[in-house]
Amino acid sequence: MQLSGMGLSALVMPSMVNWSDGTVPVRGNTVSPEQLLEPGADVALKKKLADIALNSAKSRGATYTDVRIGRYLQQYLFTRENKVQNITNAESYGVGIRVIANGTWGFAATSDVTPDAVAKCAATAVAIAKANSKLQKEPVELAPQKGVGEVSWKTPLTKNAFEIPVREKIDLLMKVNGEAMKNGAGFVTSNLFFINEQKYFASTDGSYIDQDIHRIWPTFTVTAVDQRAGKFKTRDAFSAPMGMGYEYLDGLASEKIAGPNGLVGYRNSYDMVEDAILAAKQAKEKLTAKSVQPGKYDLVLDPNHLGLTIHESVGHPTELDRVLGYEANYAGTSFATLDKWKTKNFNYGSKLVNIIADKTQPNSLGLVGYDDEGVPAKQWNLIKDGILVNYQAIRDQAKILGEKESNGCCYADNWDSVQFQRMPNVSLQPGSQKLSVQDMIKGVEKGIYIVGRGSYSIDQQRYNFQFGGQVFYEIKNGELAGALNDVAYQSNTQEFWNSCAQICDKDDYRLFGSFFDGKGQPSQVSAVSHGSSTTRFNGVNVINTGRNI
Amino acid sequence: MAILTQEEAKRIIDKVLGYSKADEASAILTGGRTGNIRYARNTVSTSGESDNMSLVITSGFGKRSGSATINEFDDASLEKTVRRAEEIARLAPENPEYVSMLGPQKYLSTNTYAESTAKIDPEFRAQAAFESIEPCEKRKLTAAGYLEDSTGFTAIGNSKGLFGYNKETSVDFSITTRTADGTGSGYVVRDFNDVSKLSTKASTEIAMQKALASTGARALEPGKYTVILEPTAASDLMRTMFFNMDARSAEEGRSFLTRKGGGTRLGEKLFDERVTIYSDPTNAELPGTPFLGGGGGRRGGGGPGGGGPGGVDGRPQEKITWIENGVVKNMSYSRYWAEKKGVKAVPPAFGVIMQGGNQSLAELIKSTEKGILVTRFWYIRMVDPQTLLQTGLTRDGTFYIENGQIKFPVKNFRFNESPVIMLNNVEAMGKAMRTGGSLIPPMKIRDFTFSSLSDAV
Repeated sequence: MQLSGMGLSALVMPSMVNWSDGTVPVRGNTVSPEQLLEPGADVALKKKLADIALNSAKSRGATYTDVRIGRYLQQYLFTRENKVQNITNAESYGVGIRVIANGTWGFAATSDVTPDAVAKCAATAVAIAKANSKLQKEPVELAPQKGVGEVSWKTPLTKNAFEIPVREKIDLLMKVNGEAMKNGAGFVTSNLFFINEQKYFASTDGSYIDQDIHRIWPTFTVTAVDQRAGKFKTRDAFSAPMGMGYEYLDGLASEKIAGPNGLVGYRNSYDMVEDAILAAKQAKEKLTAKSVQPGKYDLVLDPNHLGLTIHESVGHPTELDRVLGYEANYAGTSFATLDKWKTKNFNYGSKLVNIIADKTQPNSLGLVGYDDEGVPAKQWNLIKDGILVNYQAIRDQAKILGEKESNGCCYADNWDSVQFQRMPNVSLQPGSQKLSVQDMIKGVEKGIYIVGRGSYSIDQQRYNFQFGGQVFYEIKNGELAGALNDVAYQSNTQEFWNSCAQICDKDDYRLFGSFFDGKGQPSQVSAVSHGSSTTRFNGVNVINTGRNI
Repeated sequence: MAILTQEEAKRIIDKVLGYSKADEASAILTGGRTGNIRYARNTVSTSGESDNMSLVITSGFGKRSGSATINEFDDASLEKTVRRAEEIARLAPENPEYVSMLGPQKYLSTNTYAESTAKIDPEFRAQAAFESIEPCEKRKLTAAGYLEDSTGFTAIGNSKGLFGYNKETSVDFSITTRTADGTGSGYVVRDFNDVSKLSTKASTEIAMQKALASTGARALEPGKYTVILEPTAASDLMRTMFFNMDARSAEEGRSFLTRKGGGTRLGEKLFDERVTIYSDPTNAELPGTPFLGGGGGRRGGGGPGGGGPGGVDGRPQEKITWIENGVVKNMSYSRYWAEKKGVKAVPPAFGVIMQGGNQSLAELIKSTEKGILVTRFWYIRMVDPQTLLQTGLTRDGTFYIENGQIKFPVKNFRFNESPVIMLNNVEAMGKAMRTGGSLIPPMKIRDFTFSSLSDAV
């Protein structure tokens, strides 16, 4: 990740928003930090407005309607060295109405959250559905969902990040930057991202769901420069974006895992200053590290690295809309086709590989009470003992899998975006045998230990991928043998997961996250976590990425 | 529709600036409409249209600044928002890199607006989708496509007398067609200011030809090949380079333009002498906003920016030569860095134009003994910012050329290549065409590095 501050035009690519041009998605109006703390509309009022929309749509011929009244808050802080570059406080408020009429979806949204405007918006949604029904070939069939009545759900947090004074946040980032500079960094940028979604959902199924969802992402990039050699190296933070409040930044010792070479694994509490100090030292170390000899290596992959590999090679290919072709013009399709799934013996990975989809996982980015079409959060298997057993499906897709209910992974990134299938948390289950990272390394003769999220690229059907990382250590005869540079590994998804040889136990389990995952046209972002323990993959092809220009 | 005239926009901006009690203040008023239609599996999946108008007010006190946004334009709301921006500014930390706002500027006259695009309505979009889906259905192909149009205006002004106004339209269209058995895929992408230049039918025909011609692909060994990159492929691979022409990063030692021992590579010959790259907002085929920023009606973004929300600081866009005959001629500067260095604050590149040749793509193929024709690259990511090494894959139509003819389709490759190395290996260039907001020629490049094969279609 680089925030170079160059220009406006965002090139939004699938899988991750590319923000190499310094642009991150901001929705809504710039406001003061105090305005973010003002209470939103009262629940009783929201119910009244929702009922107006439901009735308006029904009277015009809709057979199903859902209404989302959403207030989306964002606070982003950007700093470099001893300077605050930008603080963004933004609020976006409005209503999105989705209907089925003539067996076809219609959607309309408005920022005018008044009875008349909401009724009119519902009518527009019905009109759009009816107009589009002329081109409709496959009438929409929704999996049934029993109404849940009037309920509410909140991210279980102890410190609401929006209540923490901006000054305190700046002080933290200045300390992070200062410590990095003291420990050898030439440059450092650091950021805090906070998101709060206050969403009210109502549907003709009889659900009225009020949710208050929080997410946080502290991150930085440290750069070390050797001017004489004309070289520079960076090291990004080992934090994970989380579905938590400001308490994630407490840096609790009880949530740290001591790794080899002074590395620290962070579970549900992150020590940003400590990580920045280590990052500065590691960035400097990278300036003189040995360039890797290409060839086959056994890879020991830390959860803060493996999360992205899981995201790209398991998360995306098991999205049912991709499998069916709805993303063919943009994100692509999938190698994990329905015919492979139907055989019930498609070997996605080795027998050790158990991957679950989960919207209930504590502290995760995907954690909610209900999804954006009113389905309660749940957990289900995607890969069981190495076999592909299921996909990620929403209400209008469940029947394709012969399922009677949705998996509950429907999401829209704002009130004016239409909800569609988005990735739940997709995580690799830890090994059942007691195994630490140190013990795993002892068993590797020729390998590389990789930590952190680096460069990533995968084809549109998710076969061939190439991943880099943040720090790389050579493993020789069971011991770490120094830092490496220019490392990237290439593999094929099925081959890679079948080379999975060992997984550390639950004590090493941690979450990785993607905060701005992009999909759809127009592109929408979503946030998703991927948990795993350190995992070993045997005989993976490593290339050398060093060049001279 | 929320398109204000220059006079209407100026009235609002003048009023807002009149309310200001800050040392200095600026206002950016943007408005417009954007609509889209998306289809897949030969049927429309979503479509929509939205209007928006919004005003961002930035107030400055010394080296502190703050911004507030509003979508209501009555006097009371405007004044309240000015006060709010001032309140935020007073509480903001000092920014040592704050640069005082620009005075009045002269802007070039550019032609970014087309009435034909402004007139697009839902029926037009549905018809455009129909003309793309219908031919695919007839040939038993599956179409997935997306059309998005926007019409908007941007007005900027500040308390030092700067004022600028621009109207802009744009249309973006992309189409992927796949064979029923999933063994062939073709793609075309187009962007224009003027929608009358777009035919979704003609674009779809090209994508269909590629889909049908790409079935039964054979595997070739990865390695170094002569490639012919269609303009879309070439443009996507070079994009990162254009985003990394910033002088400050290079002077700080962290750019591909950093010189060993310190300083930058400005003035050095880094590329083949046929490589000349510039930007020019007055270009008829690729008109640009006359000042930094603009593109009213589109979604906003946030970032470290500087000088104004999202980097809109009112600097004029002019013709700038970035690379001439292979030599680095200009780098971009923030206003802060330019002031510190005592140089002109050249704004970053928008709408890059690469000088090409006169040959057509067919002629480039004809003159090729052995090579690979690449329609499109996919999932391009930076591997090493030091060398701009990037990785990615070919997609939607990759073909083997022998003795001047396309012989057969080949399986997709993963590449690892730097645009800097690639632009040293130029064999020939064809006639430039507009793609992805740039004017880029098709290029024949020798020794292009493919590092592995992909089974993806």
